[in-house]
Amino acid sequence: MESFIHQNFVPVKIHIKEQPQLFERFGAQWTPTIQVLDAEGNKRHQFEGFLPADDFLAQLRIATAHAAFARQQWDEAERLFSSVAEELPESDSAPEALYWAGVARYKRTGDASALGQTAEQFKRRYTQSTWAKKASVWAA
Amino acid sequence: MPISWTTNVDEAMSDARSNRKLLLFDFNAAPM
Repeated sequence: MESFIHQNFVPVKIHIKEQPQLFERFGAQWTPTIQVLDAEGNKRHQFEGFLPADDFLAQLRIATAHAAFARQQWDEAERLFSSVAEELPESDSAPEALYWAGVARYKRTGDASALGQTAEQFKRRYTQSTWAKKASVWAA
Repeated sequence: MPISWTTNVDEAMSDARSNRKLLLFDFNAAPM
């Protein structure tokens, strides 16, 4: 966890009583709120509420994938999203990662069948998830 | 290796630019 954070992030703690102006500046409305931004200050991922360490780490891995996606590094984004889905299949983040891996694959290839294949996967896995509903419109 | 947090956003943004890293903001109310 620590090495992953330091390899990928500059970690910043912002306390509501010490720096309330930063809550306003970055639009944080609750604690804990976790935001991941690129170095230019563009928000790439956010989640609210406590998460156990494994789930927290999974969300940070999704954040790095979103950052690659925003840089239009489709190969890297697909690899990172897929790694969460494949390595942490029981985590709450897995269906989210599976959805976005399909999107990144579509962006990489320009082939809409990547979305249809993702929708097919959601017919077998994570069928009750929000992400399955979102992917359902891609089904052939 | 414990996580080394900073509280200085401007320095963190400069650090992120220099080292091609992302910023991880933890907005919290726990005692520092």
